[in-house]
Amino acid sequence: MDEMQEIIKAYVIKEYVEDDTELTYDSPLISGGIVDSFSMVSLKRFLENKYKISIPDEKATPDAFDSVNKICALVREYVK
Amino acid sequence: MAYNDKTRGMYSEILTGLKDAGLFKQERYIHSAQAADIEVEFPSGAPLKKVINICANNYLGMSSHPEVVKAAHEGLDSHGYGMSSVRFICGTQDIHRTLEQMVTKFLGTEDTILFPSCMDANAGVFEAVLTKDDVMISDRLVHASIIDGIRLCSAMHDTFKHSDMEHLEEKLQLHNDKRLKCVITDGVFSMDGDTARLDKMAELCEKYDALLFVDDSHSSGFIGKTGRGTHELCGVMGKIDIITTTFGKGLGGASGGCVSGRKELVEMCRQKARPYLFSNTIAPPVVAGVIKVLEILSASTDRRDKLESNTAFWRKGLTEAGLIIKAGDTPIVPVMLFNAKLAQDVSRDLYDEGIYAIGFFFPVVPQGQARIRTQISAGHEIHHLEKALEAFKKVGKKYEILGKSKQEIIERYGM
Repeated sequence: MDEMQEIIKAYVIKEYVEDDTELTYDSPLISGGIVDSFSMVSLKRFLENKYKISIPDEKATPDAFDSVNKICALVREYVK
Repeated sequence: MAYNDKTRGMYSEILTGLKDAGLFKQERYIHSAQAADIEVEFPSGAPLKKVINICANNYLGMSSHPEVVKAAHEGLDSHGYGMSSVRFICGTQDIHRTLEQMVTKFLGTEDTILFPSCMDANAGVFEAVLTKDDVMISDRLVHASIIDGIRLCSAMHDTFKHSDMEHLEEKLQLHNDKRLKCVITDGVFSMDGDTARLDKMAELCEKYDALLFVDDSHSSGFIGKTGRGTHELCGVMGKIDIITTTFGKGLGGASGGCVSGRKELVEMCRQKARPYLFSNTIAPPVVAGVIKVLEILSASTDRRDKLESNTAFWRKGLTEAGLIIKAGDTPIVPVMLFNAKLAQDVSRDLYDEGIYAIGFFFPVVPQGQARIRTQISAGHEIHHLEKALEAFKKVGKKYEILGKSKQEIIERYGM
């Protein structure tokens, strides 16, 4: 567990989870129906603002956003 | 031949999969005009059965109103059957513009443009008025046609939690750097029958300089004191930038839709909206029928008043019978059963009792929220509703769900 995982998990829960669904770092977010593909926009904007990065649109794929761990890996590619 | 046995087999397999998953939609053939009392052939080939219809969008009972039928006949005689052209070539008649002006007055907007359907209006409007420099922020439960329109538009898209105004405000702040922000909602949500908080949304849109879009298809003609829609109910007439609505529900029930709102936005649709530019508009007899509907509704609120009292009677009756309904005061009244098979079984048994009401379940509604969606009409008389209530009580007793909580129903039948 690291700080980035916790921050992103907390954001996903606040933003998308509307019942008592339990979330792990590997829970499938998009393929599991927790985050719809439309809502990825705000997740991408949150990450860009929070980590002062710019994620190219072609990298922000449903697969790259499909779990907290995958998102962390994507963010780390761009954090200086 | 491209459509060979392999291709045919592939589609057959998909369709079988839908059947196996209980997702295959079977149409029922109605042999009468649309009304409270209908004659239905179901399953195909079965003898006709007289049933009471409580699942139509015929909110004001206009689908077979004699004056509307007469006006449509007269429109057919005077203006013909069809236009054989899109609007901007040679497909615009005087009555098309008359109807646009009448809708503008009825909804209290600046201008209106007709579309072949509200599905087309929603498919075309966003692309016509927004660009990649803009953002669309929609309620998470908006209608499928809006989602399709959003997909066709190059503007960024984000969502806010259903009717959550704090969340909407966060999103307006997040996207404050965009050229235009457009907040998008249904007026009345078709699955739950709840109403958008347009007063608060209009306030937020003013604060953050955003456009406000409302699809009032399940409201126009009967929501608000004089039936103008959700914007009348919420006291924000004149503050909605784009309203889309249909003539296929309360406003006649035939077909057609429109975009009504700020005149420049309407003009943008006239110049750029693809479903408008590349499809014939509403056929003359239907235009004549909708004109008559608006005349009737502008002259008197009797029909929306009757719908309101019928709805109150129905909601009270179901609640007193011990069934769980979604709270609200619109004529969309979902009877919650939570389990998909239970919803289908109850629907079938209601039909046997002479009541036509359909079960809705995943993926149309979220998992575990299966229901029978009932819809009340001004075309219903109290005796129709009493008979339907008796049927619900009888079937509810059979499945032992009367007076049971959500938890108890789920424990017995599962999600």
